[in-house]
Amino acid sequence: MVSDRGEIMAIKDLPEEEYVLKGHAACPGCPATIALRITLKALGKKTILVIPACCSAVIQSLYPKTSFGVPTLNIAFEASAAAASGVASALKILGEKDITPVVWAGDGGSYDIGIQALSGALERGTDFIYICYNNQMYSNTGIQRSGATPYGAWTTTTWTGKKERQKELAEIVMAHHIPYVATATIAYPEDLYNKMKKAKEMKGPRYIEILTPCPPGWRFDMSKTVEIARLAVETGSWVLYEAINGKVEFTGQSKRILEGKERKPIEDWLKMQGRFRHLKQEDIEKIKRELDEKWEYYRKVMK
Amino acid sequence: MKTAISYPTEGAMGKTGTWRVFRPSIDIGKCIKCWRCWIFCPDAAISKGEYPVIDYEYCKGCGICANECPVNAIEMGREEK
Repeated sequence: MVSDRGEIMAIKDLPEEEYVLKGHAACPGCPATIALRITLKALGKKTILVIPACCSAVIQSLYPKTSFGVPTLNIAFEASAAAASGVASALKILGEKDITPVVWAGDGGSYDIGIQALSGALERGTDFIYICYNNQMYSNTGIQRSGATPYGAWTTTTWTGKKERQKELAEIVMAHHIPYVATATIAYPEDLYNKMKKAKEMKGPRYIEILTPCPPGWRFDMSKTVEIARLAVETGSWVLYEAINGKVEFTGQSKRILEGKERKPIEDWLKMQGRFRHLKQEDIEKIKRELDEKWEYYRKVMK
Repeated sequence: MKTAISYPTEGAMGKTGTWRVFRPSIDIGKCIKCWRCWIFCPDAAISKGEYPVIDYEYCKGCGICANECPVNAIEMGREEK
């Protein structure tokens, strides 16, 4: 079924084309490949991926073979947005109007290492899509803390739990006044697909962030990947929204929460993950308080 | 300067089905064709036939399909060999 806004409403209506080929190098239960499959279904084959150092650079598999069915440029950790700017300029000079340069980077390569190149590309108004798949740590190098790691989470570099809050890159990106900013997660494929489609049809810099819960990094069973992503939204820990030309609108479950639907208790989400196993009651209270503050802030600015 | 170029190949990391410890099996009688297993498969190992078809050569046995199936039509059993 397709809505009158041209949005896909059911999973069965998603296109069948596969651009992530079977037999790739991802861990079993990997959320990044689910996200990439849905993304490429929306963007189609007229896409050039720019991938910095991240899990996907490994998932791609070994030379001389690749598991991705679209042209891919591999580049250094900090340079993805700069490289995509170059690809965009080349396409412009060649007169190729219907090819989209797309950066596919992890949260380490976006929140920390790639942020200056990203900020520069956004400010220059580069015609590209930047996708950050956020698993809240550096999982490719063996689970280190990143700017996206939430308070209290265990990583190999914060083994008593991270002491600081995570930052919100989507909000930093929004401060660049670009045409399209959106957040999504793998648990709602229609939502992710529609946001990608919308981004593809626009011009200028576009940014989409996808929450991708990582089984080995977050310490949960690999069959629970999608369930944890869904719970992240239902507990209000992850928020789905999109901003078209600066006008923010919440989508899906997050919209319902904003309109007054009760959030599921955050403990349900924390208890499913081994990375929060060591939390004391006071840490959980702190997480709860910060979550309440976050939603109070959203209600205030969205009025 | 020569640039190293890789070409798209199925099974670029070999037959990843050998990684599998638990094997999903679909009870077609229960299947309601919602295609959640198809879209959530990280390995694109489930294809759309009349009913979902699992490619055991590449299925890594993560069990997301069984966990997400709304009617419990997919069961995970231990691999024998």
